[in-house]
Amino acid sequence: MKGKFIINGKEKYLNFEADERLVITLRNNGFTEVKNGCMEGECGACMILLDDKAVHSCQVLTASVQGKKILTVKGIGDLHIPHVIQKSFVEAGAVQCGFCTPGFVVATYALLKSNQNPTETEIKKAIDGNLCRCTGYVKIIDGIKNASKTIQKERE
Amino acid sequence: MKKLNTIGKSKKKIDALSLATGSAKFTDDFEIKNSLFVSFLYSPHAHAEIKSIDDKDAKLMEGVIDVLHYQNVKKQKLHTTAGQGYPEPSPYDTVMFDKKMRFVGDRVAVVIAESKKIADDAVKKIKVEYDILEAVFDSEKALEKNAPRIHGEDRYMPIPVKYEPERNLAAEVEIGFGDMAKGEKEADFIIEKKYSTHYASHAAIEPHSVASFFDEMGRLVIVTSTQVPFHVRRIVSKVLDYPLSKIRIIKPRIGGGFGGKQEVFLEPISALITIKYKRPVKIILSREEVFESSRTRHPMKVKLKTAVKNSGEITALSLEALLNTGAYGSHALTIVSNAGSKVLPFFNKVKNIHFLGQSAYTNLPIGGAYRGYGATQGYFALNQQIDIITRKLDLDILEYIKKNHIRTGETSEVFKALGEGTEGVTQVIHSCEMDQCIDKGAKAIDWYKKRDKRIEPKKDKVRGVGIGFSMQGSGIPLIDMGSASMKMNDDGSFNLYIGATDIGTGSDTILAQIVAEVLGIELDKVIVLSSDTDLTPFDVGAYASSTTYVSGTAVKKCADKIKDQILKVASQMLESDIENLAVGNTKVTDTKNNKSVSLAEVGEYSLYTKDQFQIQASASYVPKLSPPPFIAQFAEVEIDKKTGKIRIVKFVSAVDCGVALNPKLAEGQIEGAAVNGICYALTEEYKFSKTGKLTNKTFSDYKIWTANDMPEMETIIAESDEETGPFGAKSVGEIGINGPLPAIANAIYDAVGVRLYHAPFTAEKIYEEINRIK
Repeated sequence: MKGKFIINGKEKYLNFEADERLVITLRNNGFTEVKNGCMEGECGACMILLDDKAVHSCQVLTASVQGKKILTVKGIGDLHIPHVIQKSFVEAGAVQCGFCTPGFVVATYALLKSNQNPTETEIKKAIDGNLCRCTGYVKIIDGIKNASKTIQKERE
Repeated sequence: MKKLNTIGKSKKKIDALSLATGSAKFTDDFEIKNSLFVSFLYSPHAHAEIKSIDDKDAKLMEGVIDVLHYQNVKKQKLHTTAGQGYPEPSPYDTVMFDKKMRFVGDRVAVVIAESKKIADDAVKKIKVEYDILEAVFDSEKALEKNAPRIHGEDRYMPIPVKYEPERNLAAEVEIGFGDMAKGEKEADFIIEKKYSTHYASHAAIEPHSVASFFDEMGRLVIVTSTQVPFHVRRIVSKVLDYPLSKIRIIKPRIGGGFGGKQEVFLEPISALITIKYKRPVKIILSREEVFESSRTRHPMKVKLKTAVKNSGEITALSLEALLNTGAYGSHALTIVSNAGSKVLPFFNKVKNIHFLGQSAYTNLPIGGAYRGYGATQGYFALNQQIDIITRKLDLDILEYIKKNHIRTGETSEVFKALGEGTEGVTQVIHSCEMDQCIDKGAKAIDWYKKRDKRIEPKKDKVRGVGIGFSMQGSGIPLIDMGSASMKMNDDGSFNLYIGATDIGTGSDTILAQIVAEVLGIELDKVIVLSSDTDLTPFDVGAYASSTTYVSGTAVKKCADKIKDQILKVASQMLESDIENLAVGNTKVTDTKNNKSVSLAEVGEYSLYTKDQFQIQASASYVPKLSPPPFIAQFAEVEIDKKTGKIRIVKFVSAVDCGVALNPKLAEGQIEGAAVNGICYALTEEYKFSKTGKLTNKTFSDYKIWTANDMPEMETIIAESDEETGPFGAKSVGEIGINGPLPAIANAIYDAVGVRLYHAPFTAEKIYEEINRIK
């Protein structure tokens, strides 16, 4: 099958199998920043924004989301123009192996879009769909708090 | 101490931004054109012999290249998948494809196809007939007479140690000194308890992944998610009888290892396929395959006997550890050894010691290296036993540990008697801040206000606190080797080439910090390339908490050599005596007349101006010692007396890591390990059916914590200065996982008076025990 998607702000026409999951389609088409850790919707490494909502792309059938807006971690910020969230993760020491980080950045982006000043409890809830085995989450939570502070300061 | 510029600073991890933006590449992110894909067929039986394999229908499918199994892969070499020093201290009991199946999940065959989907469909068409054999799952039963024999007569140990596959004994090591009988006689009482720990998964979020292909010169390139690139090269070469010189291993970014990627079980298959079919191939395990068919934490049974005087003095100590190594003996000897070698030296004043470590083959999944490596299991027993003893004698456990632990300037006979399954190395402790760890940790958890208080914040909820102390090591003395090479560029930047394997720990960063410190430059002037067997010098890899101490010392030696060459060139340029020159602030300065040249000028001069040469050096390091880091970890738990439900209120780790080269990265190691240990204590557990089938091989059924489960965490660095380490550092990759299990068990006792000898501590177990003692 072939379908149109709007990925990171650009129209893309992608080939995919009828029963293919979105994480596979994206990765097969070069969007390898979307990681694949479990294919069961638990680890969150494949998290993307689908029409502004954070979802596990391994749980989404590609065919069912044709025409929709997809934002990956690279669409949030790249190596040359990183987003505040990505910079905050780096500063906080929130990135160890980094395999889960794209998913955490996406989850954080979704959180801070709707709630610029989240409490620690709200942060923990927002990243409940993401697993990290390296950091013990301490520095990820620090990174999210710092990002939230920076974004608020920038708005002032 | 000299003021340092880069060391001791929480520099940003040099690969962090590329990871956070998704541009860094992991194995599966490499686009490999024309790649083949595979699907494995695994044994549904715990113990069976293959009677026949019918692969005709699978081979008939369009897009299927071939099906490989024991019948068509000839001349297979026995080997171990353990990526250890050579010869490995693990039994040679594995072939790529065997006729006999030894656990549910053992490899029967592999389908090679043009797509993953075709391979997955084809694998279902293979028909296998089995002769089902009696299976054994319990490590004690496996060693009994008449137990079903799991491995044949051809299996052997490549080093001269005890190995008796005819009775399922994969390893045995025994040491003793002093006089146990005399020690027991001197005692006022004896406490003997049995403890056990369980199977667990490393659960690195990146599954095991490998890709292989021939490069344009016809050399075999293997890109792999490994902790041990140089061991991969050696093992692939030996298993396939393929020239080592024609193999190149590239380690890209690695999505976590924790010991699970110290195993070389996919690379030989991948290499075989590329060699045989002259095509690239990618093997990416599914999460289920990682759980069932990769490697696990070995369960261990520990029998701990302590003879104790009423003063608290332990007059004799016997620790008998029995490891369930599962179907194959990867790390079976060394992990059980570590339950003694890393645990017994802690209380070095005990004069009479006996240690017996045994590993039994069973028909369960394969054990392997796992962060903590036997010390985790041994300290679970020792910490609870000390809690029992001090409670019986009404002694303050913290003061007791402080009084009895090994100290700077002291040694233990165990260091010499017991190493990696064989004799060890005599060692004296050069740094130990255990007392500081205990004091600072106790303050953070507010120990004396909570211990024995059974505070009830709400009805039916009761709280308790417990401690878990431990020491680990920094590499394997006289065995591990790290090396580095460097060159200087014409702008005053440096290339650093290291075999050391950054698997997410940040070792690329701290090794670059060492270079920056020696040469007085900013971190961004160090360009790091690590773990490519064609480009970087040798390193054993990322295991045994070796990188900071072993590879770090090699890097420091290398940078020192570079510095000498820079000074020589600068002395020519400045017409100064070398003795008067100092590097710092990216320049070389004559301290007598304050004249200076920048490092860029030195670089340019050395390459273009006069007596040109490449400023370059290499260095290796084999440690004589393995300086232990020390840790005190404290848990505060809250238990619902009605239901047994347990909640961690707060968890504190106070660690002596020597000088923390990068405090944030050191804390990150401890925090990650502690949470892994907490989940291991409470929720992570392999569950098997009666026929040995793993029943919870998904993240929804095998619970590792999310941020939402987290208690308050506090990590304290209690620095010491390890004079033998690079800038005073010791390694702390593993130690943080040892404390949670015993600290939580001891806290449960403190709260509700029940002693849990068998991990994990589920609500059901706590509930049952509360009701049993009522």
